[in-house]
Amino acid sequence: MFRFILTRLGLLIPTFIGVTLLAFLFIHLIPGDPIEVLAGERGLPPERHAALLRQLGLDRPMWEQYGLFFLNILRGDLGHSLVTREPVLGEFLTLFPATIELSLCALAFALVIGLPVGIMAAIKRGTVLDHTVMGVTLTGYSMPIFWWGLLLIIFFSGFLQWTPVSGRISFLYFVEPRTGFMLIDSLLSGQEGAFRSAVSHLILPAVVLGTIPLAVIARQTRSAMLEVLGEDYVRTAKAKGLHPRRVIGLHALRNALIPVVTVIGLQTGVLLAGAILTETIFSWPGVGKWLVDSIFRRDYPSVQGGLLLIATVVMIVNLIVDLLYGLINPRIRHAR
Amino acid sequence: MAAESQAERRLPRAPRAESAAKPPHPLRELWYYFAENKGAVVGLGVLLGLIAVAILAPVIEPHPPHEQYRDALLVPPAWEDGGSWRFVLGTDVIGRDMLARLIHGARFSLAIGFLVIVLSATAGIGLGLVAAFFPKWADAGIMRLMDVVLAIPSLLLALVVVAILGPGLFNAMFAVAVVYMPHFVRLTRAAAITELSKDYVTASRVAGAGLPRLMVITVLPNCMAPLIVQATLGFSSAVLDMAALGFLGMGAQPPTPEWGTMLADAREFILRAWWVVTFPGVAILVTVLAINLMGDGPRDALDPKLKRS
Amino acid sequence: MALLEIRNLSVEFQTSQGPFRAVDGVDMTLDRGEILGVVGESGSGKSVSVLALMGLLPWTATVTADRMAFDGLDLPRIDAAQRRRLTGKDMAMIFQEPMTSLNPCFTVGFQIMETLRTHMGGSRRDHRRRAIELLEQVGISAPESRLGAFPHQLSGGMSQRVMIAMAISCGPRLLIADEPTTALDVTIQAQILDLLLALQREHGMALVLITHDMGVVAETAQRVSVMYAGQQVEEREVDRLFDRPRHPYAGALLDALPERSVGHRRLPTIPGVVPGAGDRPRGCLFAPRCRFADDRCADAPPPLEADGDGRVRCYYPLGDTPPGDRRGAAA
Repeated sequence: MFRFILTRLGLLIPTFIGVTLLAFLFIHLIPGDPIEVLAGERGLPPERHAALLRQLGLDRPMWEQYGLFFLNILRGDLGHSLVTREPVLGEFLTLFPATIELSLCALAFALVIGLPVGIMAAIKRGTVLDHTVMGVTLTGYSMPIFWWGLLLIIFFSGFLQWTPVSGRISFLYFVEPRTGFMLIDSLLSGQEGAFRSAVSHLILPAVVLGTIPLAVIARQTRSAMLEVLGEDYVRTAKAKGLHPRRVIGLHALRNALIPVVTVIGLQTGVLLAGAILTETIFSWPGVGKWLVDSIFRRDYPSVQGGLLLIATVVMIVNLIVDLLYGLINPRIRHAR
Repeated sequence: MAAESQAERRLPRAPRAESAAKPPHPLRELWYYFAENKGAVVGLGVLLGLIAVAILAPVIEPHPPHEQYRDALLVPPAWEDGGSWRFVLGTDVIGRDMLARLIHGARFSLAIGFLVIVLSATAGIGLGLVAAFFPKWADAGIMRLMDVVLAIPSLLLALVVVAILGPGLFNAMFAVAVVYMPHFVRLTRAAAITELSKDYVTASRVAGAGLPRLMVITVLPNCMAPLIVQATLGFSSAVLDMAALGFLGMGAQPPTPEWGTMLADAREFILRAWWVVTFPGVAILVTVLAINLMGDGPRDALDPKLKRS
Repeated sequence: MALLEIRNLSVEFQTSQGPFRAVDGVDMTLDRGEILGVVGESGSGKSVSVLALMGLLPWTATVTADRMAFDGLDLPRIDAAQRRRLTGKDMAMIFQEPMTSLNPCFTVGFQIMETLRTHMGGSRRDHRRRAIELLEQVGISAPESRLGAFPHQLSGGMSQRVMIAMAISCGPRLLIADEPTTALDVTIQAQILDLLLALQREHGMALVLITHDMGVVAETAQRVSVMYAGQQVEEREVDRLFDRPRHPYAGALLDALPERSVGHRRLPTIPGVVPGAGDRPRGCLFAPRCRFADDRCADAPPPLEADGDGRVRCYYPLGDTPPGDRRGAAA
């Protein structure tokens, strides 16, 4: 197990370095003068140009620039936004909780529905239920999620008027951002109806974002369960006279969940990519929307920082999932 | 004993079993399993229909897609109040016929998806083969590079590439191709490494096959199964991602009638004119669904574990 | 009253090519403490019959029988809960592949204690003590430390011992062993068989031992049932069978034993293959491969008939001529 952890960590480091390299090169790959790009201004007078050249360290050789860049990252300095002049890291951290809240709720939605549905489809293989599940999940991951979001808005916000169209909470409430998680903060604020408003703003985006993970998790669970149900040890469990619920719910499921954990981990990347679209549609103030806005506003330091940070988050989550996998797979945890 | 030798003499012919059918031609077998999956056949049918629509677009369009009818702005579909059969699926905010734009959009989506996957697969397979055949100096570098690309969520990377290159159809296609490449690299590398350890490769080497021939003619065809599955999956994902980029304004630019771009324009009208939002999305959904249904077919056909006994 | 009474057991599977009869009219009677050997090739239906008895077949199988009774209890008639109370407690089974028959996610101790917890009362401590006792009984050294072991940490022989421990944990009256040694090293095979026999003697269990190895049958069973292509073709006491097999297939199986072909230059084999789903003969299933078959054999399947000291399914059972003289005996 120890060796497993070490190998995983070992793989992480070169990948992280690679991502920083990519982020570094990003600025230099943009067509045009890097100084103008970083300063956000065009047509700089020569003295300003030269001053900025020295200040930004662009007169140094590339590898030295990269080294500086890397050191700055480790210190937490990812530059400043061209638009707000605030530190990029700070902006990211302010907005990140909103994305986390949305992603976690989406994932919870996907798991709470996807896992049981996948299990049932496997148990009742070949029946109408199974085919329905397969059909619905297929549609689920064939849909463009930005369109799905718009559709749900038309129906639930426009037609039924049940849910709001954008934002995290009704503007009627002012909620102090203590944790950054609106669900918690609204409860803490003690205002009547705040929590309810927060929930109603969260439902639609979470469902939209969680649709694809739900479809994938349901299918993978079904597939894993089908494989496990045919294994010898399930037959042994039945031969011991155990109740079918125990055979499936304990003996089969415990084994089937092992590959499903990996799948859940892979969905993090999907969630973050989907968050970009979902936040845009619902005007959800998270890092996805911030990134898209930054690209449009040519706020390249923000894009660079956002790229690096999001990629790092994905890598860390994947690492955690890998470790979790090692923990629940007894062959790895208790290697000979 | 007499009875015994009598029995021996009367040894009958063994009841002739129905002569076992010759193993079918691989393509026929592929079609057999494919056709068993009715969804796959439906998917194929729909896809062929879409291809036909795309090819015949200039012929079957009710109106030119860019033509703006100033007198018919935001006309609802024909079956609604205020709609007319002149514009079967309604018009958009500047009076362009929805149906015509959707038909032309098919060209974009199908061509884009196809080109992106071809580009991505070619580069990916090439790199994968290089990684497998030159484990000493190419493998580590290539795989680490792919790890980096995979560490970044797909849409994010595509957006960054487009941010560098500037918005536009071809830049978006390049971006999406880059994003999918690692999947092909990994699959090819894994499959090629497995094949390289097999005897037939050694036999080819001994017979004097040169490296290019070894790579492309000897090893590659035996890796095709998972690659085909990946390509079908990739095709549908490419259509979705290109539409997403179009939606964000980074892909095909207006007035191009690409389905995702059409949805970008339509955002402001979701409560006023539902048809401008719904139909392009339905088009995307139907296309991707058809491709995914089709993808399930080859997967069942090519996965030996799923073969019927 | 016999412990186990099965009459006319048949099992049919639904396959993509239509229904397939894996077991056809099998009878099995077993008294308390008796050892029955079931012999046949792969595909003879020997495993499927006992799986049907234990109720472990998938839903695609249809099981029919005139009678299937365990200790007087009519098995098809009792409800699922009752059946589960019997399974694992009074009727137990061990399988061919011990390495994959244990759940990789749970420790050995957990899996043994689970059986005890399901069928026997008592505290956790009692179960733990009993589990250690059982591991000792099956010949596993340092049993306390093994309780926490995971299946992938055990060898094939040890895994099978654990399976046996699980099976006998609740004192079953019937133990079914489906090719328990086939997947094991040759050196371990003898050990496991000895273990099974010792346990059988000690606990007075009835034992059904399924194998394709006639040698194993000779050393362990009291009675033997020979199966071919889903049918029973012969049944009698072991000594009698080895002395005078009556069905040509049984005779051929015995002839194929290396020990019996001393003096011959070639090992006798049985030409042809077992009929599959698509080429079942109209008459006797063994006729295509039988040296003595004639048109009568090919036309109609012979019934299973008693013949004094057992039963045989053949129109022309091998005569009383001892095996050694049969070959080459001219008219």
